[in-house]
Amino acid sequence: MSTAAAELEVVEKKAEPLFSKKNKTLITNPLDIDNPITVQILGVCSALAVTTQMKPAFVMSLGLMIVTASSNVVISMMRNSIPSRIRIIVQLAVVSLWVILVDQLLKAYVYDVSKQLSVFVGLIITNCIVMGRLEAFAMANKPWPSFLDGIGNGLGYGVILMLVAFVRELFGGGSLFGYKVFDALGIHYQGNGLLLLPAGACILVGVIIWVQRTLNGHRESH
Amino acid sequence: MDFIKHQIEKIKPNFEKGGKWEKHYYSFEALETFLFAPATTNGIKGAQIRDAIDLKRLMMTVIISMVPCLLFGMWNVGHQHFLAIGQASATFGQKFWVGIVQVMPVVVVSYGVGLGIEFIFATFRRHPVNEGFLVTGMLIPLVMPPDIPLWQVAIATAFAVIIGKEAFGGTGMNVLNVALTARAFLYFAYPTDISGSVWTYLGDAKAAAGYSGATPLSLAADAATTGTNVVSSLNSFGAGWNEGVFSFSNMFMGIMPGCIGETSTLMCLIGAFILIATGAGSWKVIVSVFGGAYAMGLLLNLIGGNAFMEMPAHYHLVIGGLAFGAVFMATDPVTASQTETGKWIYGILIGMFTVLIRVFNPAYPEGIMLAILLMNVFAPLIDYFVVNANKKRRLQRATV
Repeated sequence: MSTAAAELEVVEKKAEPLFSKKNKTLITNPLDIDNPITVQILGVCSALAVTTQMKPAFVMSLGLMIVTASSNVVISMMRNSIPSRIRIIVQLAVVSLWVILVDQLLKAYVYDVSKQLSVFVGLIITNCIVMGRLEAFAMANKPWPSFLDGIGNGLGYGVILMLVAFVRELFGGGSLFGYKVFDALGIHYQGNGLLLLPAGACILVGVIIWVQRTLNGHRESH
Repeated sequence: MDFIKHQIEKIKPNFEKGGKWEKHYYSFEALETFLFAPATTNGIKGAQIRDAIDLKRLMMTVIISMVPCLLFGMWNVGHQHFLAIGQASATFGQKFWVGIVQVMPVVVVSYGVGLGIEFIFATFRRHPVNEGFLVTGMLIPLVMPPDIPLWQVAIATAFAVIIGKEAFGGTGMNVLNVALTARAFLYFAYPTDISGSVWTYLGDAKAAAGYSGATPLSLAADAATTGTNVVSSLNSFGAGWNEGVFSFSNMFMGIMPGCIGETSTLMCLIGAFILIATGAGSWKVIVSVFGGAYAMGLLLNLIGGNAFMEMPAHYHLVIGGLAFGAVFMATDPVTASQTETGKWIYGILIGMFTVLIRVFNPAYPEGIMLAILLMNVFAPLIDYFVVNANKKRRLQRATV
């Protein structure tokens, strides 16, 4: 009886398509109702620090997405053999591996951006989003959903980062990806200094949260 | 008056439920209650306090107390303008006219933008238009330099009303003083237009020989490094084009460059008198801000060290915007401490922080704005401890 039930489950799992409805929500949820920055309020430190320009923000989002997805896959594959008492240190070791790889790649191919990001690439190791996804998702799910979850959360983080960086670079410095937009249009633009300060980024994140919650009606549950 | 009332009664049905402009009821209601005391009364049950004063009347009292500062500020803008371009013989009328032309656009922009946003939010959120902006809209121009670009005033006002107030739920809910939020925004967003030598309106005219845009605070900060006596450098400043501008009596009167409405300690004290006499402002906050600043000045005098620290403590009370901040900003009933003991602590700390920032932080020549904003944030905490201490005291007395 029990073997039959197990077999039935296996058959069911195999029947699940690669992008089933459930798997799709792993990508779409972090973009809106489960966003790591605006809903879970994680990873705000780096969101304020690297968003003065769009280029470093883009590289940072990409880096975080790669690290989250790959660590999720590795931890998910190892999840049944990790003793729960030492799981955090195992997770840290896996994350560090990927962070070092990303860091070395950045140094090799985009050295100037790597200089701008400075410590914040290294600090991905302790980024709450990465650790949170490992603890909350990869430790209890199979590699493929874990991979999608990592990509989804990386995207959710990246979307907010790019949004904040867009406003900060355009209205703070008058350029986009280093291209002087207002000068090209022939408008004299006086940069807004507040947006270039971390406080300005914090206010921007707040405004994004305000707009998002007005649109989707999300409320904190008490 | 009867005519206006008659017209309002006539168009009223259009705005009530079922009328064709029902959506704009709150805009209409704001206008109606602004002009006339509302006709609606409370039910007959329960205890009632009968008083003609409501929030709109209270706000008007505060505005009246700011009128001396505004009128003096207009004259002073013109006066400083003619002194700086070397035409000290200009008449009173000429000076006042230059002031009106410089100041009125700032007032109009501040009210226009602020009230526009208030009305939009009221229509969308379906709540009555908040009265708080009546005062804020007048405070913002008074703490701006005379030469401020108008688009900056518009952006700062919009920022302060939306982020400083509406995001927290409107009038009575804001954590930070709205007018100071507008000024702090400009201070960090466009620092070149609100610090340095911007305090005198020059226009297209050429400055007089020997003209300098220095302020008492920047002179005192310089003295800290050069070691010259602050009082003597203040007294000798302006020789040739504006003799004695920074003498103690002149600074008390406020006949010196500065923000539009904050230069005159005397006019602020007149405003303080009106606020205290009508009960609109707390005398405890005003007195304790001045007291805290004076005490901190005396303490620094005792320690000594550099020329700024040795500046006589009473000078701290008349330079910069301390008086204006103490009277009109710190007393804001929404953002100040609510408990009576808390008001003393709140005020004293504002005064002490102001002097500390002035003397020890070269990046911020004036400290009153940041000191008030900082203490705004701490006001609820002060209240919490005061209430808890009171609870503890009463529990000890209890014999159950």
